[in-house]
Parts: sequence; structure tokens; C-alpha cells
Amino acid sequence: MASDAIAIALPAVRAGGKRARRALIGVALVFIALFLVLPLGVIFAEAFSLGLRSYAAALADPDVQSALRLTIGIALVAVPLNTIFGLAASWCLARFRFRGRGALIALIELPLSVSPVVAGLLLVLLFGNGGLFGPFLEAHGMRIIFAVPGMVLATIFVTFPYVARELIPLAETQGSEEEEAAVTLGASGWQTFLRVSLPKLRWGLFYGILLCNARAIGEFGAVSVVSGQVPGQTNTLPLEVQALYDGYRVQAAFAASSLLACLAIVTLILKAALEWRHRDEIRATRRMQAG
Amino acid sequence: MPRPMTASAWREPSVLPGFAPSLTATLLWLGLLVIAPLAVMVATAAGLGWDGFWTLALRPRVLADLSVSVSSALAASLIDAVFGLIVAWVLVRYRFPGRGLVNALIDLPFALPTAVAGIALAALYAPRGPVGTVLAPFGIAIAYTRAGIVVALMFVGLPFIVRTLEPVIAELDIEQEEAAETLGASATTSFVRVLLPPLLPALLTGFALALARALGEYGSVIFIAGNKPMVSEILPLLIVTELEQFNIPGAVAIATLMLAASFLLLISVNLLQGWVRKHHGE
Amino acid sequence: MKRRTFLATAPALGAAMAGFSASSFPALAAAPSDLLNASYSPTGELYGAYDAFFTRFWRDKTGTAPAIHVSNRGSGAQARAVIEGLPADVVTLALAYDIDAIAKAGLIAANWRSRLPDNSTPYTSTIVFLVRRGNPKQIHDWPDLIRPGVQVVTPNPKTSGGARYNILAAYAWALKANGNDPAKAKAYLKALLKHVPVLDTSARNATLSFLQRGLGDVLIAWESEALLAIAQAKDKTAYELVLPSLSILAEPPVAVVDKVVDRRGTRSLAEAYLATLYSPDAQELIAENYYRPRLAAVVRKYAARFRPIPMVTVDQAFGGWDVAQKNFFADGAIFDQVFAPG
Repeated sequence: MASDAIAIALPAVRAGGKRARRALIGVALVFIALFLVLPLGVIFAEAFSLGLRSYAAALADPDVQSALRLTIGIALVAVPLNTIFGLAASWCLARFRFRGRGALIALIELPLSVSPVVAGLLLVLLFGNGGLFGPFLEAHGMRIIFAVPGMVLATIFVTFPYVARELIPLAETQGSEEEEAAVTLGASGWQTFLRVSLPKLRWGLFYGILLCNARAIGEFGAVSVVSGQVPGQTNTLPLEVQALYDGYRVQAAFAASSLLACLAIVTLILKAALEWRHRDEIRATRRMQAG
Repeated sequence: MPRPMTASAWREPSVLPGFAPSLTATLLWLGLLVIAPLAVMVATAAGLGWDGFWTLALRPRVLADLSVSVSSALAASLIDAVFGLIVAWVLVRYRFPGRGLVNALIDLPFALPTAVAGIALAALYAPRGPVGTVLAPFGIAIAYTRAGIVVALMFVGLPFIVRTLEPVIAELDIEQEEAAETLGASATTSFVRVLLPPLLPALLTGFALALARALGEYGSVIFIAGNKPMVSEILPLLIVTELEQFNIPGAVAIATLMLAASFLLLISVNLLQGWVRKHHGE
Repeated sequence: MKRRTFLATAPALGAAMAGFSASSFPALAAAPSDLLNASYSPTGELYGAYDAFFTRFWRDKTGTAPAIHVSNRGSGAQARAVIEGLPADVVTLALAYDIDAIAKAGLIAANWRSRLPDNSTPYTSTIVFLVRRGNPKQIHDWPDLIRPGVQVVTPNPKTSGGARYNILAAYAWALKANGNDPAKAKAYLKALLKHVPVLDTSARNATLSFLQRGLGDVLIAWESEALLAIAQAKDKTAYELVLPSLSILAEPPVAVVDKVVDRRGTRSLAEAYLATLYSPDAQELIAENYYRPRLAAVVRKYAARFRPIPMVTVDQAFGGWDVAQKNFFADGAIFDQVFAPG
């Protein structure tokens, strides 16, 4: 009988399935171990390769300290600015329908397809001595390239889409009924935004800020082009890592890298926590992003 | 008082206020930071003249590096697609100890600065490094070769594939798969005919994202690549080299070429996605 | 975001933004007791040591400890960076031509060379070969570099100062070995460059390619760079120095960037920084860091480290840097004619 055949075959299929499942898990874990765990491990292994005292000395290096401050300072400017933009974009792009909306959303994602080195080149074209605003800057004693403002602008460009691309699909998924109700009941635009939209978008906002921040701290290519790369002055921590590495100070380079790795781990933990708490909304948003 | 609804040809009416100011702010920020700089670059490229531009863009070294960048990005994204699918499948469908940890770790390439990833990978795969020494007896050299570039690009591209696939895998109809199993379909048939089609669009999206990232990647590649012109030099490094010589026209020509190449590749993937959607339904 | 949280963070953000706006106006942010030294690529270790020494010296002398920053980059690239606006108070580059370029751009006085002793060159060096342990390819002199199977590492003369010395040294030898026949010397250069797999942007990058990436069989390098490479290797026998039969005298000069120091008010500090390079203590430090000192007493003391090599000078053999740059390294000149990438 067919059902008997199935009853006999099913365990074999399931057993084969179990073997396949174990094989797949094995492959996945080996791949993860090789590509993700090992690099993380080697950072710390090399950082501590000369002992605890050398590690502490490397971190106490004034150039490393100054680089850390610069990295955080640049993030403190770039992330809020892009957050405000992300909020504005989420309002007009998720809650209204108009011609060109899709194109605008695609344009916002443009920096993701641009190499960071090209981002740096763009700034040189605009603000370098021979650039569009070069003579103006020179005449007013201002400097953008080879100085911190250029690095801030480069970071803003590179981290531009991160908050917006979290908020827009989230706001779309959530819908605008509550906002429309509020307005119909007499709330002003700002009231609606602050009291209705913002609380709803809270997790997406944190999430987007987290990603934007991680990217801002880790940015390398764009700032390396516009920075003067002067240790202690215009080196962010990633640039300082390269400077140490090129100066035969490999252990110090990895010590500085371990700081960045710790920041990355904190980012991952926060990200996982946010994802766990809001998994349903995230699933819907990701579905929309995957097209 | 709610604003009166305006019937407008180009946008749907809405009770919500604030459209004009938020759109203005968005357009201003987008225009100033993204569109204007890119426009300036394209204008500069155009200013080189047709002959001037192509002379700079078609130099042998540029073309060779373009080929290195494109082939490495494609290879890395394809390998990532395969293993990323397995990883995403395993993470979504199976329970095993440490699953939460592994899931969190997937985003490491995104959270870790590219330069840090670069020196870590270089240290791992260098001839004297932990993985390098294991592979050396087999005559396999990763660091300072083209393979090194692919490894670095695989590292940065992985999260794009996995994270794009996960929600789609989660929503897959389990019954379909089990029905296929009980009806005697082999694992491969079950996979290709039943599982892959609904996953293909998301897989292509993830592939496109990884590819776009891989083409422009700089920090994680330059430490592990050989940086040998014509052999293992990526195009972004050539741009930096031109900039160090303050050869702006050369850099602009290469950057424009690179943007065009990314654009073409992504359009191709988009077309592929459209074809897939049409032929496999949703 | 809760309003309270926003109000609490707003001042911090405002301060950060104000700070960064201010930093785009360098005059506002100037601190007259810090100095930027724009140097060529291999001097990081040298100036690391000298800056520590000078900081103590200046603090003992005036009571304030200066903050000295050094930027390292290929000499040609560094000169361009300074011209493009890198706010360097002093430049310590690989060759006079690069400083002259900055002077021509109006940033340094035309008579800069005569402002310090020895044509503003507190230390010298030369060009040598660095090979791997045991010298497996048996490289002893210039002709060995063009033997089949030999790979040579040398940087890009368009951006690196050391690279230009390398090319000129090779040409000088080839000229002498071929009875002063320029055509044969050029042919040697062409052959040599066929053996070069990559042109790094700076001398230090070329050294790293040779040491870390394992590229090439022989590195043509500054003597200072080669000696440092041997000293810093974990295994002191990993690399060997080979002295060619003919080399070139490398004279890396130093200068104050007048336009910058006058704007920032750091002239006295900058001038003292450079002048102190000639002091006996500094000259010892220079020799300890593998650069050939000028002071006779120190030269005698370190005679064993810096062996006598037959050298030509750029002035003698090539008629000075202006002529050499024009003949060899300008667009379309000899280097462009003999080097075909790939």
C-alpha cells in the first residue's frame, strides 16, 4: 500500500535528511569559523603577542589616543546629521506617494555603490586647491582637504544612507493611519511627528544610528584620501592602525585594532539585542528591502 | 487645523502636513552631499574631452586593474552566494548550540573597520601566518595573490547575502519541502525545483549588494593583495596612486570608468532579477 | 528620541560641530608650540627619536614642551601635498628638487639652501641592495640585477625620492661600465625595469613589499632603510646588505616653510628644530638611526657602520637636479621611455 511504502521510506528519507542537516551545519560552522572567528581571534592574538605591558603601552601612545578621540569626534558630527536627514527622508518618502519617489529612494542608496576612494576623490575635486571651491577656501584661510572638516564630510558621504534605509521601509510597513488620525484630531505636523511617528520608529532609529555609527567609526578609504595622515593630528584610529603597521609596529597596530574590534563586538551585541526584541517588525522590513 | 487636500498631478493627496519642508530638506541634503559632488566629477570627466577621457581610461594598467577588480568581485560574490545560502539556511531552519552567537557574528564584517579586517586577513593568510602555513605545503598561496583579494572580498560581502536571505528563508513554506521529500524527490531536485525559486530574487539582491560593495572595496584588500600592477592591483588602489601623484584627470577618468562598470553590473543583476521573477512567479 | 535626551546631548554635539568648524579655520585653532614636519617616507623612526630628543631639549631651554608631528610620504608626493595645502612648518625631503618645487610655488624663500650648513643637508645616505638570507640569487652588483629570473623591487620615481636616486645610480654605473655610451646606459635601464614587478609609491612601501609581501629577490634601497630593515627583523640574519661597485650620494635637505611659519607664528620653533639637527647629540642620534652624519667626530665614531662606497653626486654626474629631473623623470623623459608597465 502507498501509505505503507511512505511509512517505510519516510524514516530513511528523514535519516538522510538528518545526515544532510548535520553536513550543512558542519559546512556552515567551518565557513564561519574560517572567515569570521579566525580574523577576530588573530587581532587579539597579535595584540597581546608581546605581553600585557606592550599592549597597554601601545594603547597609551599619544598618537593612538588622539586618533581614538578624532574617530569618536567625527562620528559625533556625522551620525546626528545623517540621522536628521534620515528622519526627514522617512517622513516625505514613506508617508506620501508622488512621482519620482522610487528614484529618490534609489538615489539615497547611491553612496553604497560608490567606492570610498571615489568619495574622497569627490571631495578633492570640490575642495582641493585646484577644485571648485579651492580659490574661495584659500582666500578665506579655510582648509577642508588635509584637515578634519574634509574627513567629516567624507564620513558623512559614506554613512549617508544608513539611517534613512532603515527608517523608510519601517515607516512604510507601519503605515500612516495613526499619523493621519492625529492630524484629523487637530495635531500639528511637528506634534504628529514627535508624539506619534518618533515613538513608533524608535527601534528602527536606534538600529539605523547603530549601523551608521559603526560605519562612521570604521571608515578608512575615503578619509585616507582627504586626510593629511599626520599621526597625532589627522589620523583616525583606522588610519593610525595603517601607520603603525607600515612603521614596523605590527603588535601596536593590532593593539589599536583590538579597540576597534571591541567597539565592533559592542555593536554586534546591541544589534542582536535590538533584533531579538523587534524581530517581527524587522522581518517585515527586511522582506520589503529584499524586494 | 488639517490642511485642505490638494489634488495634484504628481502626488497623491494626503492629510499629513510637512511634505514640502521634509522633501526640501531631503532634496537639499541629497543634492549637496551626493548629487552635486558626483555631478562635478562627471563634469570634470567630460571636461577632459572625448579623446582625453578615453586615452586616460583605456590605459593598459587601468584595463588590467579593472579586470582584476571585476573578476575578483564576481568570484567572491558568487562563492559568498553559495556559502551564504548554506549559512542563512542553517541559521534560520536549524537549532544548534551557539546559534545565537553565530547569528550575531555574521555582521562582523560590517561592524569591523576595513583596515582592521585587512591586516587581520593578511596576518592569517600570509606565508608565515596560521592559515598560510597550513596551505603552503599544498602550494596554495593566498596572501599577496589574486586569491587574497577574493578572500578579503568574501569577508566583506558575506553579511549582505546572509541578511538578505534570512527573512525569505524564514517565510518559506515548509510543507512544500516536506511534500517533495515524501514524494521521493532527491535532495537535489527538492532543492532546485522547490526551494531555490522563491529564494532566487533575494539571493540576487544579496549578490548585487555584495558585488557593489566588493567592486569599490579598498581597506580590507590592500593589505592582503599583492598590489602588483596588471596582476593583483585593484582599481581603487590605482585611483589612490594617481591621487598621490596629484594626477587628478587620471584619477577622475578611472573613477568614472569604475562607476560606469558598477552601474552596468548592477543593471545586469536587476535585469536578471526581473527575468527570474517573470519565469518563476512569486 | 525623548526630548530630555536630545537636550542633554545637544550641547555636546554643538560643541563637537563648533570645534570642527573652527578647525577649518586654522588661524583660529593655531597653537604656536606645535610643529608639523612633512618628511619623506622612511624617516619615521629617525624623527620619532629626534622629536623625543628635541622636545626635551626645547622644554629644558624654554620651559614649554612642543608637540611635534611628522607626516611620512614619498618625497615627490609630499612636496605636492605641501603645495596643495598640507600645513607643514618644516619639510625634510629626499632631494633638493622637491623643496625647490615648493619654493617655486611661493611657499619657501628661494635662498633656502644657504640658510643652513652643508646646503641645508644635516645627514646623507646612499643607495645599496638588500637581499634575503644567503643571497640565493648571488647578487653582487648592478649587472646581476638583469640576469634572468631576478626580480627587483624599487619604488615609483614619480612619487618617491629614493626611487629617483635608485634610477640615477643605476644609470651612472651603466654609463661608466659602457664607456660613457648613453644609448647603452639607457638600454640597461630598460632591461632593469623589465625585472621590476611593481612600483610602490614610496621607498618605505617598497621596503614593506620586499619584507612583508616577500616580493622580489633584491631591494634597491636607501642605505638607511636597508640597515633599519636588517636591524628590526626578528631574525637578524634574515636579510643581507650588498654594496654595489658604484652608487650615488643622496643628500636629503631640510627647510622651513616660510609661508606657513609666518602665518602660524612658529618660525623660531621651526628654525630651532632644523638647526638642532646639526648639534653633536642630534648627529649621534642620526647615526644611531642609520643615516650618515655630517659632523666629523660622529663620522669617525660610526665608521664601521657606514662603509666607504664609490659614489657619484647628482651635480657631478648629471649636472644638478633640475637637469636630471628634466632628462629622466619629467613626462615623456627617459624613465617614461624605458618603463612599460606589465
